[in-house]
Amino acid sequence: MQPGDLRAARRQVVVNGLGIIVSAAGFGFVFGLAARTSGHYSPVEALAMSTIAFGGAGQFAAVGYVASGVAWPVIGVLTGLLNARHVLYSAALAPWFRGRPFTERAVAAHLLTDESFALSIAHFRRLGRFDPFGYWYAAIVTTFIPWNLATVAGVTIGDAIVEPQRLGIDVIFPAAMIGLAVGLVSGRRELVAAVVGAVVAVIVSLAVSPTVGIIAGGIVGPAVGLLVPSSGPAELPPLEDMRP
Amino acid sequence: MTTDLVPLAVLMFVVTYPSRAIGLLAPGIERLPRRALDYLQLVGPAVLTALAAVSIMVGTSGGRPVFTIGLPWLSVAACLALVAWRHNLFIGLAAAVAIAIAGRAVGFA
Repeated sequence: MQPGDLRAARRQVVVNGLGIIVSAAGFGFVFGLAARTSGHYSPVEALAMSTIAFGGAGQFAAVGYVASGVAWPVIGVLTGLLNARHVLYSAALAPWFRGRPFTERAVAAHLLTDESFALSIAHFRRLGRFDPFGYWYAAIVTTFIPWNLATVAGVTIGDAIVEPQRLGIDVIFPAAMIGLAVGLVSGRRELVAAVVGAVVAVIVSLAVSPTVGIIAGGIVGPAVGLLVPSSGPAELPPLEDMRP
Repeated sequence: MTTDLVPLAVLMFVVTYPSRAIGLLAPGIERLPRRALDYLQLVGPAVLTALAAVSIMVGTSGGRPVFTIGLPWLSVAACLALVAWRHNLFIGLAAAVAIAIAGRAVGFA
């Protein structure tokens, strides 16, 4: 694919998005099932979580918190911490969204997830510029819609599937994340950042907690990656256009 | 059908949205120095591998995080290799799930 080839880049993001649709649907289904089996969620409440909160890991954790009777303010604090990694995503996407309308950026923020970030930033880097199709396809078609439809399915008919783990649903998320990471590794720097991020995340997760570990990996990995000389022309946002 | 938890969903939105929006809505963030932009370019690979590694390597036992080794390692490794080779995430995910199903069918955890 030549840099800037719009049709080829869109074809690539659509094909990669098929895997994310499977991932989002699988996890949305398991969330709906978990909400149902907890005995505390009605279908409307489960769907409200997936539509309004729209934060995968935070939603799963909340099922446990609610079942355990944790106070809502505490759930709020824990959810905020769990989703703090989105600050990194939002900052990384910001240069690509330069010049886009405020309303568009505000809506895009609500739909920012691990999956939409990874798919869209890889798409922008392939193109060398922002492409609305890439973001909205990644955020809505591959994530928001399947996540919500699968939540409804899980909370209403989830009992029909006795052991989701036997269907391999639990490996979809980590496999999707590693697959998306592969698409972002284009040189030594990215490779070092990825490996260091994973190692630091596991060590800190074991020492403190997974939430802190993931954030630590996301902060330390890039810092170490920067120490490595760039192996080629960087696929950066169009910086020249951004200078005042 | 109860709606008692809908306000909790709103609360979770309120605490999550700022972290999602701060970069996209904060003025001037696009004028960061080149070094900072280089750093941000590396966030994606680092966070995504961190999420994957923690998902398959860190479990819980008695409420404490513990290092785990299991079938998901093989699934994720197969996905990584296939995506690197074929540049197709869907094929990688299909292989990961197939390995998990087959492995559990023969008794692996």
